[in-house]
Amino acid sequence: MLEIKNLNVHYGVIHAIKDISLTVNAGEIVTLIGANGAGKTTTLRTISGLKKATSGEILLEGKVITNLSAPEKVELGISQVPEGRRIFPAMSVFENLELGAFLRKDKAEIKKDMDHVFQLFPILYDRKKQLAGTLSGGEQQMLAMGRALMSRPRILLLDEPSMGLAPLLVREIFDIITDINSTGTTILLVEQNAHMALSIAHRAYVIENGQIVMSGTGEELAKSSEIQKAYLGGK
Amino acid sequence: MEQFLQQMVNGISLGSIYALIALGYTMVYGIIKLINFAHGDVYMIGAYIGFAATTYGHLGFFPALLLSMGLCSILGIVIEKVAYKPLRESSRIAVLITAIGVSLLLEYVMMFFVGAEVRSYPKVLTNKMFHIGNVVINTQQIYILFTAIILMILLQFIVQKTKTGKAMRAVSIDKDAAQLMGIKVDKTISYTFALGSALAGAAGILVGLYYNSIDPLMGIMPGLKAFVAAVFGGIGSIPGAMIGGLAIGIMETFVSGYGYSMYRDAAVFVFLILILLFKPSGLLGKNTREKV
Ligand SMILES: Nc1ncnc2c1ncn2[C@@H]1O[C@H](COP(=O)(O)OP(=O)(O)OP(=O)(O)O)[C@@H](O)[C@H]1O
Ligand SMILES: [Mg+2]
Repeated sequence: MLEIKNLNVHYGVIHAIKDISLTVNAGEIVTLIGANGAGKTTTLRTISGLKKATSGEILLEGKVITNLSAPEKVELGISQVPEGRRIFPAMSVFENLELGAFLRKDKAEIKKDMDHVFQLFPILYDRKKQLAGTLSGGEQQMLAMGRALMSRPRILLLDEPSMGLAPLLVREIFDIITDINSTGTTILLVEQNAHMALSIAHRAYVIENGQIVMSGTGEELAKSSEIQKAYLGGK
Repeated sequence: MEQFLQQMVNGISLGSIYALIALGYTMVYGIIKLINFAHGDVYMIGAYIGFAATTYGHLGFFPALLLSMGLCSILGIVIEKVAYKPLRESSRIAVLITAIGVSLLLEYVMMFFVGAEVRSYPKVLTNKMFHIGNVVINTQQIYILFTAIILMILLQFIVQKTKTGKAMRAVSIDKDAAQLMGIKVDKTISYTFALGSALAGAAGILVGLYYNSIDPLMGIMPGLKAFVAAVFGGIGSIPGAMIGGLAIGIMETFVSGYGYSMYRDAAVFVFLILILLFKPSGLLGKNTREKV
């Protein structure tokens, strides 16, 4: 579904992404794990079109989409839940969700998807008239995910959904990610919480200093001693 | 008391003109964080379009108003595309200086074409006086108020309810997040300039009616006052600009109405200094507020 070939990304002279290649197949949950500053967010922002690549290719279902604009990529079915949620705080929960469907015109289907989002996150239904800025951190994460789903994406990019959440809530969010995937949405999940990410991912990549240093199935990586040492608290 | 009410009536009609101009400042600031100093000149050009439309085109008030709004919105879009868009990644001071340059350009290009002299605005409205007790309201004031209120309601509707309006709010809150919704930032900025400039065009005609005279430098003072109004209301806030405009208009008429007309401009700027000293974020300007 999504294929990245020899991608390089720079911030001025900083070479943030160095010749990365990775693949996400239709129906998969793939996770990209790595420490602070490894280049996870940069990778996602380049896929979603917020950051331009210096070289390399990004393909969506075989079609080259490398440096299309973010709105164009949304149109093609890529939806990103950005790091730090980035909901619109001065707008209501309902308006935030509406904006998620900005490019769509199929009113009846939008309504259906909205109901589906409320089903996944019942708390959002109770809060729909409330300003999004007044939601708790966990609720904001749910809103950001619901908003991203409103574009009815083919592939959902998630940037550290566990950030700043209590363990119980992290569990809940990850269960919902699995749910979303099981209804047919392909997922690329970026995480620092390697333990949780590996537990739900079909496959995983490890990124260090802008380079992919390891890849395999979620299970394989969870067992690997290097991963244990570096990311899982070295049991 | 009657004197007070009379000044109120005059102040509100002048203030609603300031409010219309202030809205353009505040909307543009909200979306690209630029104090668009050329905005007062768009309003001046709106006044000339109205002048030409009524004097030479023999149009009535409403057709002239629509024509001026339409042409000014195109002018606003062009100014943004030509002068500001290429500087999207530049420092704010560079854009600000460019805005001052655009302002001077518009003033002196107009002077070249229409001359520097003051022209008197044609009487497009039959001037009737209405007496309510001893307070006098004339036709102009009624038209000004009526037009300003309709336009502000329309603007609120566009910003709150339409897709374009929601896009404008989203872009002004968070450009990256807005793009991830599929919103085109450049297009949305163009819309914002178009809307703000259309309101300035309307204000241009209204002020022509109010003062009966126009000249190429007429945009400077009302532009600055409307800017003060926007700062007072909380720059970036739409309701703030409306309240700020009314407040400045009322303040100005009271200062001149009670015999200090020499100081009416100075009063506005003293007021600006006081705002900046004591409440720099303005009445409604808080980070959590809705900003456009
Ligand atoms: N806007 C920017 N300007 C310059 N350098 C940047 C910018 N954004 C990121 N970088 C650099 O690029 C590298 C990768 O950053 P990135 O944000 O992609 O890391 P990350 O893996 O998402 O980290 P974290 O887990 O902390 O979110 C870092 O060295 C960072 O300093
Ligand atoms: Mg990151």
